[in-house]
Amino acid sequence: MTEQVERNANNTVISEILEANPELEGIGTYEYGWADSDIAGQTAKRGLNEDVVRDISSKKNEPEWMLNMRLKALKFFDRKPMPTWGTDLSEIDFDNIKYFVRSTEGQAKTWEDLPEDIRNTYEKLGIPEAERERLVAGVAAQYESEVVYHQIREDLEQQGVIFVDTDTALKEHEEIFREYFGTVIPTGDNKFAALNTAVWSGGSFIYVPKGVHVDIPLQAYFRINTENMGQFERTLIIADEGSYVHYIEGCTAPIYKSDSLHSAVVEIVVKKNARVRYTTIQNWSNNVYNLVTKRTLCEEGGTMEWVDGNIGSKVTQKYPAVYMVGEHAKGETLSIAFAGEGQHQDTGSKMVHIAPHTSSSIVSKSIARNGGRAAYRGLVQVREGAHHSKSSVVCDALLVDTVSRSDTYPYVDVREDDVTMGHEATVSRVSEEQLFYLMQRGLTEEEAMAMIVRGFVEPIARELPMEYALELNRLIELQMEGSVG
Amino acid sequence: MSTLEIKDLHVSVILDDENSKPILKGVNLTINSGEIHAIMGPNGSGKSTLASTIAGHPKYRVDSGEILLDGEDVTEMSVDERARAGLFLAMQYPVEIPGVTMSNFLRSAKTAIDGEAPSLRTWTKDVKEAMGELKIDPDFIARNVNEGFSGGEKKRHEILQLELLKPKFGILDETDSGLDVDALKIVSEGVNRAHQNNDMGVLLITHYTRILRYIKPEFVHVFVDGHMVDQGGPELADRLEEEGYVSYIGK
Repeated sequence: MTEQVERNANNTVISEILEANPELEGIGTYEYGWADSDIAGQTAKRGLNEDVVRDISSKKNEPEWMLNMRLKALKFFDRKPMPTWGTDLSEIDFDNIKYFVRSTEGQAKTWEDLPEDIRNTYEKLGIPEAERERLVAGVAAQYESEVVYHQIREDLEQQGVIFVDTDTALKEHEEIFREYFGTVIPTGDNKFAALNTAVWSGGSFIYVPKGVHVDIPLQAYFRINTENMGQFERTLIIADEGSYVHYIEGCTAPIYKSDSLHSAVVEIVVKKNARVRYTTIQNWSNNVYNLVTKRTLCEEGGTMEWVDGNIGSKVTQKYPAVYMVGEHAKGETLSIAFAGEGQHQDTGSKMVHIAPHTSSSIVSKSIARNGGRAAYRGLVQVREGAHHSKSSVVCDALLVDTVSRSDTYPYVDVREDDVTMGHEATVSRVSEEQLFYLMQRGLTEEEAMAMIVRGFVEPIARELPMEYALELNRLIELQMEGSVG
Repeated sequence: MSTLEIKDLHVSVILDDENSKPILKGVNLTINSGEIHAIMGPNGSGKSTLASTIAGHPKYRVDSGEILLDGEDVTEMSVDERARAGLFLAMQYPVEIPGVTMSNFLRSAKTAIDGEAPSLRTWTKDVKEAMGELKIDPDFIARNVNEGFSGGEKKRHEILQLELLKPKFGILDETDSGLDVDALKIVSEGVNRAHQNNDMGVLLITHYTRILRYIKPEFVHVFVDGHMVDQGGPELADRLEEEGYVSYIGK
């Protein structure tokens, strides 16, 4: 009730701003909001029941065990109540969502083999260009429910690196797939992980053999095209002993009046002394609910790094986790969230220290503007026996105006005496003096604001590969357009 | 040749949504390109308010009067428009901008003021030279704007910007405060260079005469309680050095 009042108050202020500055209408334009023609999507069924799950499984010719797992997950999903914490999910209409949309028959090995409008979409997103320029070592492009394009550099394949879509992995590498699938995030972990397990389709499967270093990133690109689409990709990454891989994902969708749902599950196993970096630049349009479960099991001496950028979506709830199960395992999360008008980003991280001498670090930066709401939510848990563990949490929030909101929910649960913990949190506002200073040097108010925000996220941006740092800066600039009221 | 004219300027400081307080009570001043004017006066006389008002600080409201740059009233212009029109304010308390390097900041400012990006090669050379003359360690170019700078380092960087951005008029708001003798000399030389090389008009705001040993004003104005109470040539500064402002207070 108070929240409703608050939202109305925000809307009033924003509409006042827009009345006084009509040129700001249509501000912060979302660049990726086009939609392709949509025959596959139009004919797709809405709603979820056992038949839908059986249908997905049979279309994919899956083995019996997978179907059984899906059906079990569906029961979990039906039984589990909606989470009541975090964000407002009450408007999600599970009966209105399309759970499976097949847009191409079979997967293309060249961009030319894709239907023209899908190919154009990826061209506009710059994906084939990145591949041509060898900025990535492998590309997966998922359109609606399935991966429509896939390619990996030959030399990596020769070294035994597997990078395929998850459906193909189940067909071609069933043994290793079955060994790990659902072991990091169990079927009934939470309502949305259960939903994903019931209806999952697409996603990436990566296996990096012992000692192999994949020197440039593997990239996946997720695109939702149809309205009321549910995208449920499932990603599984196994980095064998002493290996290294960097996986990058990006996501966009068209702007529609009604909402879509993206609910992914990402499971990662980091074996002894291996290292995985997982970078997300999430830029869904503002009608997508983004409810994602990401978790890593990190073994002895292993390192897991989450770089999690959330710029788009209507609502995001995502807390990438690292379970440090081996001695000297390390977990790191760098998180950036940007909440503009109508957006609620509830993000953070979860670090679970299970073995001794494990260390974790969380750095979170959130920016709220134009009535947006950004929250840091994090858990650091040190279980009994995880002595000599270290953890550090730094979360900084920046408010660009007086109508936006920032919250911090740090949870700490320590069951061991000999541990080192640090926590710092700051909330700051863009000051009048900073704006005055930059504008006195000739920058417009928008440019000045964008410069301050870019500076604020710089500690995370510098961790990104250069072209992604540029992309992040560009997205921030787009978000900041019309930020001046 | 440019002219900055201030005519019967009345200004209030905005305290909160409802309250404001009059500070400037009818200021008149004309500065031409190439001239150096010093405004001197005791603390709280409104000198800094005049500087901030010319630059358009949102804390101050013009109640009446005009600020004309080459005949055009700037009071209707935004802060950045005034900056691009050629008005530069060297701040008394330059603020920190975390995460933004000096290099990025200087280039962005230059691009904004000139309306186009400077040519990369000459720009790097210009910055290096200007930093050298102001005895700024080259490492500062990679540091964040004003972050962890000492008072003296901040002031040098203000003058660095003044030299690189080449405004028509430079307003120095107590640039001399908090500087030791060596730094004062270096900063003053920077102002003199900008004045000579670019025919810049200077409005020097100070309450000490110390800086006037290095920067020689042709016009000295005495400012008390929101308006000019006296003006003259360099000899007026000498008199103030001896007598202070006592004779003006309560006039």
